[in-house]
Amino acid sequence: MTQGMDGPHPEERMRPTGRRNSQGIRIDPEAEATHQPRKAVLSTLVNHEPGVLAEVSGLFSRRQFNIESLTVGATDDPEVARMTIVIEEPEPGIDQAKKQLEKLVPVISVEELEPEAVQRELILVKVDGENPDDVNAVADMYDGNVVDASPETITIEITGSHQKIEAAVEAFDQFDVQEVVRTGAAAVERGADVLEDTRRKAETISEAGETPQTATDD
Amino acid sequence: MSEQTPVSPPEGERTDTEEQTAETTDLPGDGTTTKDTVSTGAESVVAALEQAGAETLFGVQGGAIMPVYDALYDSEELTHVTMAHEQGASHAADAYGIVSGKPGVCLATSGPGATNLVTGLADASMDSDPVIALTGQVPTNFVGNDAFQETDTVGVTQPVTKHSYFAADADTVGTEVGEAFALADEGRQGPTLVDLPKDVTQGETDAFPGEPETPDTYNPPTEADAEAVDAAAGALADAERPVILAGGGVIKADASDELRQFATDYEIPVVTTMPGIGSFPEDHELSLEWAGMHGTGYANMAITNTDCMLAVGTRFDDRLTGGVETFAPDADIVHVDIDPAEISKNVEADYPLIGDAKQVLRQLDDAMPVAYEATDSSPEAYVEWREQCQTWKDEYAMTYDTPDDEPLKPQYVVERFSELAEDDAIVTTGVGQHQMWASQFWTFTEPRTWVSSHGLGTMGYGVPSAIGAKIAAPDQEVVCFDGDGSFLMTVQELSVAVREDLDITYVVLNNEAVGMVRQWQDGFYEGRRMASEYPWIPQFDMLAEAFGARGFRLEDPEEVDEVIEKARNYDGPAVIDAIIDPAENVYPMVPSGGDNGLFALNGDQLGDL
Repeated sequence: MTQGMDGPHPEERMRPTGRRNSQGIRIDPEAEATHQPRKAVLSTLVNHEPGVLAEVSGLFSRRQFNIESLTVGATDDPEVARMTIVIEEPEPGIDQAKKQLEKLVPVISVEELEPEAVQRELILVKVDGENPDDVNAVADMYDGNVVDASPETITIEITGSHQKIEAAVEAFDQFDVQEVVRTGAAAVERGADVLEDTRRKAETISEAGETPQTATDD
Repeated sequence: MSEQTPVSPPEGERTDTEEQTAETTDLPGDGTTTKDTVSTGAESVVAALEQAGAETLFGVQGGAIMPVYDALYDSEELTHVTMAHEQGASHAADAYGIVSGKPGVCLATSGPGATNLVTGLADASMDSDPVIALTGQVPTNFVGNDAFQETDTVGVTQPVTKHSYFAADADTVGTEVGEAFALADEGRQGPTLVDLPKDVTQGETDAFPGEPETPDTYNPPTEADAEAVDAAAGALADAERPVILAGGGVIKADASDELRQFATDYEIPVVTTMPGIGSFPEDHELSLEWAGMHGTGYANMAITNTDCMLAVGTRFDDRLTGGVETFAPDADIVHVDIDPAEISKNVEADYPLIGDAKQVLRQLDDAMPVAYEATDSSPEAYVEWREQCQTWKDEYAMTYDTPDDEPLKPQYVVERFSELAEDDAIVTTGVGQHQMWASQFWTFTEPRTWVSSHGLGTMGYGVPSAIGAKIAAPDQEVVCFDGDGSFLMTVQELSVAVREDLDITYVVLNNEAVGMVRQWQDGFYEGRRMASEYPWIPQFDMLAEAFGARGFRLEDPEEVDEVIEKARNYDGPAVIDAIIDPAENVYPMVPSGGDNGLFALNGDQLGDL
């Protein structure tokens, strides 16, 4: 197996001095950069059409993005649905997830919400009904409502932040929890900021006589 | 070759014994020109293809797609090439798209027809080739019932297309086909699909499709941000060891002229990726040819040691970068790409320029200081770098051992063919060692003359891709290098080349093995050659004759020129069964995930790395 080509041996070759990390980022030897995973809330407007959820979830699974929750619902525009996707990834992964989402044809716009955005989850907890007063007391602590009661079980609804829901689940643990149903997060930016519908933006630009196909500053 | 045949009658109307000839099939009917009215969904599909400027379709008939074929029967503008297998249709359409620059169209029926297209769509997706696939589907009221020949085609193809449409209405199907066509071509090219339920194509409609338009949610960028361009130009101008890495995106954007201009004005050495072969002439003094796993030593030395890389239209595939930790570690990276998602996906871009390669290269050119050539004042370091690149070209020259010239060396066959062929000859390949030898030892000088399966690495790509290429460019010479394993995977398409009387020269570099697998087994699996040797293969020259092509057997190095010329001179498909040295392997080689600068020049070095 000696056939091959001529030329200096690998050890005799000119070598660069630098290095990159496994994410292809050049490493500053002074400060070796590593990216810790962080939680990001991506809010997305999509065409309200069959198959769009499969397309979005398929993208996330085949690209191995670690998805925490995904909620979908209609908006005031019957043709548009809104997805709130919570992912936990290192910085480059979050960036990549956003860009890949934007490439999907039914996706209208994608934005990462600020960490202080309003986030709410809904939970339904079905617990043993033996001690209704105690259950009520715990439900009250979490601003919960009893939505169903029978001689055997009580079902409580609680709405709130992720942390509050976590705490509530823990608190109900004492009542022999039979079932827990959680939605993922629904989220909206605080203040006047709204998620832009880029189709409307494109129309506005067209009307103003410019081509919509210029570089976007996303 | 003969004129392309107009659409044939549906296969079902032929008797089994009817001889297939290359003669033009005269169509019945009144010979009217393009219609401007439609009465069914299928007619609307055909009208949409005509509106989009499609000329040739590659496909296979079947139950659920029959209404579309029936509508094609009357089309004056569309030519249909019946392929032997749907995979062949998708690869032929893919190659047609690469060579012509316009989306290639393939058709298949539902179920197995559609699933057979998937390999070709995945291939097109990985290489950003423009392809539109039209698939039949069971009637909508059967969808979801596991009906005969039903498959969730949209679900199956979603991960491998830019978008897959399910046509639900005869009134809108034409618009959707037009949209899919436009989408395949716009921005970063790629495959699209429209699934066509039989009741939708049979359904009545008078909705004539308009001009094809991309969906309103799709707005690819064109020009890069001006400030970013200035910053990138500054980095390039300050660089002492600059290199241009030209990817397939340069060819897709028709930016080869701009690339050549830019490289020669600023005297920057040019390395291409494998899909970028042809974007820059390989016989130019600034060319270092292509980099990556089996790229040239000098290209790999240059991209490893550069301090500023202008990467245009490349997605930094792992076959190019090796391990990213050691990829161009000293370089500022200027990354030009039309797809924002490619920026910093695999390799971080210091200067991202999002836009069309042709536009951005012009922008960069405008933003650069006066070219050195004009002022004749190249900085010293710059001159040293060019000399260094030249030294590498001498040190790591692409050679091969020819002990007494026997047995026949595959590299010699490719090299001789390259010298004998026309300058603008198109080369297509299958996947394997032969593909590497073809790309290493053929001298490419023009864009759209290198047609290969890069990202997906699809064995079997060769035979049908040559058909698509020849139909897209009937006046150009087409050569297909294939391996014995790869050729066998789609050999049935040879029947199509014969029927269509396509003047293609197939060269099977025959080593009775899936040679690349065997090379890896020898290098990394202690020579345990499990399932990689094919000592039972047919004689391809005789097989070619059985298909109605001309067959040649080539063993003697003395006869290489003679056999190549005989095959080239044969007016129709010819197959050269070239019995090559089975011991020959592909070098240089960067082991998977390795360091590009530490390529092995032979098997011994491979063991040392």
